[in-house]
Amino acid sequence: MAGLKGWRELPLGGVVTGGTAKELQKTGGWRAERPIWHEEKCIQCLQCWLHCPDDSVLIKGGKVVGFDYEHCKGCGVCAAICPKDAIEMVPERGGECARP
Amino acid sequence: MRKAITGHKAVAEAMRQIEPDVVAVYPITPQSEIAEYYAEYVHNGLVRTELVPVESEHSALSACVGAAAAGGRVMTATSSQGLALMVEVLYIAAGLRLPIVMALANRSLSAPINIHCDHSDAYLARDSGAVQIFAENAQEAYDYTIMAQRIAEDMRVRLPVIVNLDGFTLTHTVQPVDLLEDEVVKKFVGEFKPYSPLLDVDHPVTWGPFAMPDYYFELKRAQQAGMEAAPGVFLSVQREFSQISGRRYLGFFEAYRLEDAEYALVVLGSTAGTAKVAVDELRARGMKVGLLKPWLWRPFPAKEVGEALAHVKAVAVLDRAFSFGTMGALFADVASALYPLEKRPILANYIYGLGGRDTTVPELVHVFEELPKIKKTEWALRYIGLRE
Ligand code: SF4
Ligand code: SF4
Repeated sequence: MAGLKGWRELPLGGVVTGGTAKELQKTGGWRAERPIWHEEKCIQCLQCWLHCPDDSVLIKGGKVVGFDYEHCKGCGVCAAICPKDAIEMVPERGGECARP
Repeated sequence: MRKAITGHKAVAEAMRQIEPDVVAVYPITPQSEIAEYYAEYVHNGLVRTELVPVESEHSALSACVGAAAAGGRVMTATSSQGLALMVEVLYIAAGLRLPIVMALANRSLSAPINIHCDHSDAYLARDSGAVQIFAENAQEAYDYTIMAQRIAEDMRVRLPVIVNLDGFTLTHTVQPVDLLEDEVVKKFVGEFKPYSPLLDVDHPVTWGPFAMPDYYFELKRAQQAGMEAAPGVFLSVQREFSQISGRRYLGFFEAYRLEDAEYALVVLGSTAGTAKVAVDELRARGMKVGLLKPWLWRPFPAKEVGEALAHVKAVAVLDRAFSFGTMGALFADVASALYPLEKRPILANYIYGLGGRDTTVPELVHVFEELPKIKKTEWALRYIGLRE
């Protein structure tokens, strides 16, 4: 468990950055499907960023630039909300590893 | 100002003076009047508290958790089955380090259904992570409700605090209570300082995130540190409160005629008052007896209890609830506290007062008279006032 924080370093009550459990959990490991962003279809409406439950849609200068795959858990909310079908959900590892 | 009021009213008055931002509460005998008094204060404009009349105690404490995480000072009150329904959320409140103060009008748990006092409700929440304080009378219930606020909110502690007062015996009887001036209480509790409040939208935070095997353990260890800090904070809050009130609160427990006692009794709550009369009667007859009445039950001040009882020949520990299948919870605490000592008193565990059964002075005198005859500590329960 190298690299993990000791108990004295943790925030009181486990309160962490808004919209995420990032400091405590790499939720990316749970992903069965990976969102792939198709920039050419994207109109930068930011709906995906707004709805992502784990703050995993990466933004630069107010624009979507991709995903944080360490934390994206593959829920597909971003793909479902996207008005332009600019996000495609692709099975991880060819779909072989959907369940442990 | 001295007033003749019930324990309910004493707690409600403390709450009025503290004036929390949110009170979420559901009625249950024998707690209901605390909620009723407070609702009256809200209705009459005496406090600006948001009173949330919920549909169950589970919702009451859930609303408290939400309001506390949002950044409010929050209080509630309950009894018995109400606490049982709250317990799931109580663990969450403690784990999230939310300083919610709760009056618990102690009442037995079902079945059989009963509305009267014992400590099975408090015992149910024993390992929840809430700090637990026991009051002997309405005055202590008032005083500790005010002190609880400071203990709960101290950044080193940040835990829910339960103030126990015996149902009916304390909640419904009229007693003289010295109330402090409103301004004195307000100054003592001070302004509430929220920690990472959800309503601070400029600094968004997540309360209650997931923690897997790699972090759950560390977060629980940090929670234990809050409990470990509680005794020190308890003492300093007591000191400060003694100064503003002129009442003497010194230590984790009251030691009554204990210093030179050969036989002692340990008991929580209002029965300590009865025990004092028994102690005085036996002292008048020349028997060296004393009493240890814990105010602070969780965290348990083991070292200090051990030191205070080390010189005694035999100690009767009274539990007002079964911990089914083992000895009483308070007995287990006291036995553990004495274990590290080289010379330990003999211990006896008495179960008493379940479901509101009265415990009388002659019965406690009898316990003291029985103690010298007990030759060794035994893994067996004794009973006070039980028909065979
Ligand atoms: S799939 Fe989309 S919405 Fe779901 S976690 Fe990943 S980025 Fe966020
Ligand atoms: S929701 Fe779709 S269109 Fe809107 S920003 Fe996200 S990817 Fe682009």
